[in-house]
Amino acid sequence: MKTERISARPAVSKLAMALLVGGALVAGSASSALAQAQNRIELQWWHAMTGALNERVNEIADGFNKGQDKYKVVAVNKGSYPETLTAAMAAYRAGKGPHIVQVFEVGTGTMMASRAAIKPVYELMAQNGFKFDPGSYISAVTGYYSTSDGKMLSYPFNSSTPVMYYNKDAFEKAGLDPNKPPRTWQEFEPVLRKLKASGSTCPFQSNWQTWIQLENFSTLHNVPFASKSNGFDGFDTELMFNSPLHVRHISNLAGWMKEGLMVYGGRKNEPNAKFVSGECAIHMESSAGYATFARGAKFKWGIAMLPYYSDVQGAPQNSIIGGASLWVLAKHKAEEYKGVAQFFDYLSSTENQVWWHKVTGYLPITSMAYETTKAQGFYAANPGTDTSVQQMAIKPPTANSKGLRLGNFVQIRDVMDEEMEAVWSGKKSPKEALDTAVERGNRLLRQFERDAKRS
Amino acid sequence: MEKRVVFQNRFLPYLLVAPQIAITLVFFFWPASQAVVQSVLREDAFGTTSYFVGLENFQLLFEDEYYANSFKVTALFSTLVAVLGLSISLLLAVTADRLIRGTMVYKTLLIWPYAVAPAVAGALWGFVFLPGPGVFAWLLGQMGVNWNFHLNGNQAMFVIVVAATWKQISYNFLFFLAGLQAIPKSLIEAAAIDGAGPFRRFWTIVFPLLSPTLFFLIVVNVVYAFFETFGVVHSLTRGGPAKSTEILVYKVWYDGFEAQDLGGSAAQSVILMAIVIGLTVVQFRYIERKVHY
Amino acid sequence: MIERRPIADMIGHLILLAAIFIVAFPIYLAVIAASHTIEGLSQAPMPLLPGAELLTNTAKALFDGPQMVGVSGATPAIVLLGNSMIMAISIAVGKIVISLLSAFAIVYFRFPLRNFFFWMIFITLMLPVEVRIIPTYKIVADLGLLDTYTGLVLPLIASATATFLFRQFFMTVPDELVEAARIDGAGPMRFFWDVLVPLSRTSIAAMFVIQFIYGWNQYLWPLLIASDYQYQTIVLAIGRLIRAPDAFYEWPVIMGMAVLALLPPVAVVLLMQRWFVKGLVETEK
Repeated sequence: MKTERISARPAVSKLAMALLVGGALVAGSASSALAQAQNRIELQWWHAMTGALNERVNEIADGFNKGQDKYKVVAVNKGSYPETLTAAMAAYRAGKGPHIVQVFEVGTGTMMASRAAIKPVYELMAQNGFKFDPGSYISAVTGYYSTSDGKMLSYPFNSSTPVMYYNKDAFEKAGLDPNKPPRTWQEFEPVLRKLKASGSTCPFQSNWQTWIQLENFSTLHNVPFASKSNGFDGFDTELMFNSPLHVRHISNLAGWMKEGLMVYGGRKNEPNAKFVSGECAIHMESSAGYATFARGAKFKWGIAMLPYYSDVQGAPQNSIIGGASLWVLAKHKAEEYKGVAQFFDYLSSTENQVWWHKVTGYLPITSMAYETTKAQGFYAANPGTDTSVQQMAIKPPTANSKGLRLGNFVQIRDVMDEEMEAVWSGKKSPKEALDTAVERGNRLLRQFERDAKRS
Repeated sequence: MEKRVVFQNRFLPYLLVAPQIAITLVFFFWPASQAVVQSVLREDAFGTTSYFVGLENFQLLFEDEYYANSFKVTALFSTLVAVLGLSISLLLAVTADRLIRGTMVYKTLLIWPYAVAPAVAGALWGFVFLPGPGVFAWLLGQMGVNWNFHLNGNQAMFVIVVAATWKQISYNFLFFLAGLQAIPKSLIEAAAIDGAGPFRRFWTIVFPLLSPTLFFLIVVNVVYAFFETFGVVHSLTRGGPAKSTEILVYKVWYDGFEAQDLGGSAAQSVILMAIVIGLTVVQFRYIERKVHY
Repeated sequence: MIERRPIADMIGHLILLAAIFIVAFPIYLAVIAASHTIEGLSQAPMPLLPGAELLTNTAKALFDGPQMVGVSGATPAIVLLGNSMIMAISIAVGKIVISLLSAFAIVYFRFPLRNFFFWMIFITLMLPVEVRIIPTYKIVADLGLLDTYTGLVLPLIASATATFLFRQFFMTVPDELVEAARIDGAGPMRFFWDVLVPLSRTSIAAMFVIQFIYGWNQYLWPLLIASDYQYQTIVLAIGRLIRAPDAFYEWPVIMGMAVLALLPPVAVVLLMQRWFVKGLVETEK
């Protein structure tokens, strides 16, 4: 495919040149350029990236469009993740679905339940003659979007994993070693106390509490978040995040919050503002938050792996990803799928992966990309940027740490958030809240199972 | 309410209503009927599978304690927005009305929040209340208040009520002021000569004469709080914490857009439509009577 | 004469000034936020005095701001503002035209099905577009109106607010005018154009303001309908900027854009406030 593309290019550009010259003589060059552009097959790519990331997405599309002249990828921002998914859904129902849509990781179950509406990526690649070697991918990343037997359903586009950011200046002020962030939750508490004693009004906070403090917490300690391999083995899965270990952790967090050692700042990334302003000393956030802090923070800061309870056997296991993947929708023409496959091939090239990893802080999806970035000295020059990859790859993933595959996951996350907030505000005990969250979440899972069984 | 004098023409009236009826049929009745159909189905997000489930969606809804909660939240929110918005703007209107100078200037300066998009209003107030750099959040922190509207349901309610009321005050103010200015000054002067003080004059003369305006504004404000505050809630609290600000319209949107539960969302739409139709009939009847009168 | 009390007047002025302060405060903050760098803004509390970056940030908002949501090209903000303008004006004018006609028919004619049409229209009075958005999208797609101005505008014209207002106003028009017109031998359309429409001027102006703002402030609908950046609006662009996943929030630029987006509707309200109030109050009475 690739060779075909390269060999085709000179011929086409010669033709274009001829057209150009001819056109300039007859009617001017604009019309011929236009005609050429119109002959391209358009591929719609709907995504939710804004700001600088949106620029990157446009650069990817531009790069692909310039590298060949058969297809034209049109990248369109469709609002937030849920808005993008809804827009794609509404468009598909109306027969105008995009070719590629970016869906956040919690939407994976929803996508899989609509089997007839999606074109699995492994199938797409195979049908269009692209070699597909699962071994070349970082399985901790691709596994989240693959079937149990390793077939990739959607293309992991922007993946990140939670890490710990900390304010080195605040550490120094509290008499702590700025190069020794706490490694375990046991070491954590004394550090928080020292930070508070030094006058910090916000020693610790966490973004995305469900993703970091329950989901990744489970995989890091190699305990199930849900039964049936976290839902990978069937829709009849049940939530299990109310184990004594989970209760212990949430109780610790609640106690810290009561004492002013931890501050709750919101479910999503609202707490970022307080880390950037220097108010919060320790902050847990996705590895993709790197760019925000690199630009906004006016103090020295560092990145470390997430802490774990050292008395738990097997900890630390690997963390899991969040972010989004690219799904291909059904009901498009074969030659359009060919273009989509070619586009994914382009995305996977080591060169593109390295670039994407470096400029965005998202994880690379191939081992080759990681090795290349390392060889280029990027991690040495930007300490901490490889923390995410190391944390993901610390051990090969187990059934408990491959990822999560739950239906109605958007609502389940909200249930978890609500119940955790009930703990933080003192309305419920940690055990009570986690039990309720599991019970409410299971109801949502049963609803999903019922719907899935009908089809 | 009927006109006594009318025109006679067999075809013209149909021609005249045709554009609106056509648009209403295509873009209102047809989608609304689709929502009714959807409400008895369960489908996957992309509509590739579809099963008739009777009233299961409604049943699930009524079993859902948070749906009842959403009604309560909506009632509380609407009452607060209507009461606060009306009393503040009435106070401002009465104050502006009795001043001789500056009324026009004040009016001009108070009127423009009406033009602000709910989503933008939400973003602006979010910036004021943002824990961290937000001015108001900082001020409360200095006063020793534990300000965190991401965690405290009452504070979250306070935030959306402030933002929603803020947007509506100017509209209410204009109507009240116009209503006040339409009251004959001679009536008030007569009462003053009889020795009635300003408060008595207000309660015995001005307020009763203002009551049609007040009633109209109550309807408008409740409708506003019910349906048009989605942008405010969406950009400020997203219904949280723990669903303490989840008003009905937000829930419809959440279940349909965030959770991709089209059947459940459609069932709520059907219930909302019934409420809306009920409200319309009530409002309409009232205004009918008033015009009669 | 009612007693005048200077102290009460003072208090009155103070109350109104306080109200204006509160009403203006968020906008003031937006302007302030738009005048600082992001670093300057990140302190707690944020600065309350203007910084030096207002022009830079507004320029960024005008030219780069929309680029952050993917609009490329030379004059993106002008495209966005232009689209908002087209959408707002078309919705306002469209609603006014169809509503004047249907209200005229319902008030001034007796015909079979009149009541039926009447209720059909009024039932749509309050139902917001959000609760029927997905089926409506499908219809627009089936009609081939995605990514067109028609698709942006037409479905939003289906509401009864304006019809309702004009009907209420027509009811207050004295019957003598119709009689006079008939004696002059004027047909219904003559009467409509020469008498009714000129009399409705203030109501039309009031409707224009309300519907212009309604159209300008739409977010969800343009989000779904316009995939092509050529048809997107300014409120849509702002909505996106504050919903960014994993993105760096450029608050100064976002606030600069918010201020830009506020200007046209605020101008419409302020310029037309006299007719706006009069039109609404007259009809309501």
